[in-house]
Amino acid sequence: MTRILFFGRLRDVAGHGERDIDLPDDVATIADLRAWIGRDDAVLGDALRCRSIRACVNHVISIDDNASVKGAEEIAFMPPLSGG
Amino acid sequence: MISVAITRAAFSPEAELAGFAARRDTGSGALASFIGYCRNKSADSAVEQLELDHYPGFTEREVERMTHGVGAKHGVGEILVIHRVGTIAAGEAIVLVAVASAHRAAAFAAAEELMDRLKTDAPFWKRELGPAGARWIEPTAQDYARREEHEE
Repeated sequence: MTRILFFGRLRDVAGHGERDIDLPDDVATIADLRAWIGRDDAVLGDALRCRSIRACVNHVISIDDNASVKGAEEIAFMPPLSGG
Repeated sequence: MISVAITRAAFSPEAELAGFAARRDTGSGALASFIGYCRNKSADSAVEQLELDHYPGFTEREVERMTHGVGAKHGVGEILVIHRVGTIAAGEAIVLVAVASAHRAAAFAAAEELMDRLKTDAPFWKRELGPAGARWIEPTAQDYARREEHEE
């Protein structure tokens, strides 16, 4: 089971902040996961494909869309960070 | 001592700053601070409140890491960071950064760099709410440019 989290405006687009799902075997990378989510929800898929959206796998922000998500416990999708 | 707090509760930056100043090492001859408040307007509309989203656990860890990194870079060991999350009313403080050090240059530099990094590198997401509705805020080109100036 993998927890998928959405933050900021992605939470609005997804309609939820987190969901636990079993990733299918053919979802091996972050790019695969973006595409797989997009098959279910085209609007969310488009939002996730935006270049400014970064993925964070098990609390490590990834800059490589080909990074593995196999066995990940938590994957977060993040719009540009904006504190202060 | 380096102290980082991510809090939903409103806080008094003046009281926190007074406490930090009172606790500082008496060898610290300089204290620089920054307080960021929620404004009641943005470029073109009124703002009633801000909502700050964060990633519980990850945000705390990243801000801790960032604070220790900036402290080590500037050779300062006394830093206080308090950052709100959740709903923040116009007029309330969002963030307090305070740095104490032997001399002023390191205190100013560390406080400025920490604020610049909090703007663009800390896992927070900010939304303004007002009569015109809600609007997500992203860092400006100027925010990114200021952040880049700190790269080695």
